[in-house]
Amino acid sequence: MIVRIATEGQYELLESDEDVLGELDNQAVAGCDAGDEEMFHAAFARLLDYVRTNGRPMPEDQLEASDLILPPPDTSLEEAKAEFTGEGLIPG
Amino acid sequence: MPGLSGRMSTIVKAKISKLLDRAEDPSETLEYSYQKQIELLQNVKKGIADVVTSKKRLQLQEEQLKGQVVKLDTQARQALAAGQEDLARTALERKNVAQTELQSLDSQIAELEQQQEQMTASEQKLRTKIEQFRSKKEVIKAQYSAAEAQVRISEAATGVGEEMADVGLAMQRALDKTENMRARADAVQELEAAGTFTDLTALGPGEDDIDRQLKQLSSSTEVDAELEKMKAELGSGAPASAGELGSGSAQASRPEADA
Repeated sequence: MIVRIATEGQYELLESDEDVLGELDNQAVAGCDAGDEEMFHAAFARLLDYVRTNGRPMPEDQLEASDLILPPPDTSLEEAKAEFTGEGLIPG
Repeated sequence: MPGLSGRMSTIVKAKISKLLDRAEDPSETLEYSYQKQIELLQNVKKGIADVVTSKKRLQLQEEQLKGQVVKLDTQARQALAAGQEDLARTALERKNVAQTELQSLDSQIAELEQQQEQMTASEQKLRTKIEQFRSKKEVIKAQYSAAEAQVRISEAATGVGEEMADVGLAMQRALDKTENMRARADAVQELEAAGTFTDLTALGPGEDDIDRQLKQLSSSTEVDAELEKMKAELGSGAPASAGELGSGSAQASRPEADA
């Protein structure tokens, strides 16, 4: 499966990684829902770390859509809470 | 997946389909996407220029502040030499504030430098993808039947659309950060111009009262220490100069002694 870390790039992971990703993702959401800054950042960092260490960076000249897109690494708790609504993903 | 990644995926997909829907005929999608890509590439270039401008502005402000620090230090010495300790203390307090501001400018300039590098890398990446899309576009147009072309067009357009969304997002975030720094730099300059330089600490990001009081405490301790040091310097110089003045006759008589 192809996972993108927004503003960073795409990684290719195994299909079997999906469960782990889902679990780590849920932890980040739990931190977000609890409004717990430390818990959110720690869980989110583990999620990004997992993708970076277990994934193989996709070559730059490949054009493929991702199966999953993770928010940018510098996402704040406030942004995560706001679910990335609003404008700004694509200018214009 | 309902998590953060699921939400993010959904938003990006919605953005892409919104983007691609604007071209109604599927064969137009290719040309339309390509045109949008070129536009975005131009935008990224403008964004980089914007970051560079902001960086230069902060660097200019840094130079000005460095000048202020030297000036305030000199003024403090002059005031102390003239026996005006209160004035010297005020000058040192302002110098302290200016130095703190210098440190924060320093880290902001470093951050802009990093933004600039990131955006330059993004531009390069987008350029590669656009080139890839361009050759794919020609292959699709030349080799595939209408039905199959449509599938491939939508694949390629989605892939490049996601990349566009991502570069757009990265650029938006970089520009937002730059905008914040610029707003703060403007506020600092206004305070400087209004002569309320000492209020600069109030601009610190997300400080509470305790932070501010602690900062004041450490800054007043620093000012005290610097004042004492300055006094000692002037003090060790003072007897010498007083001696010079006092022993004017002795000095004057020295040539006679030498002779």
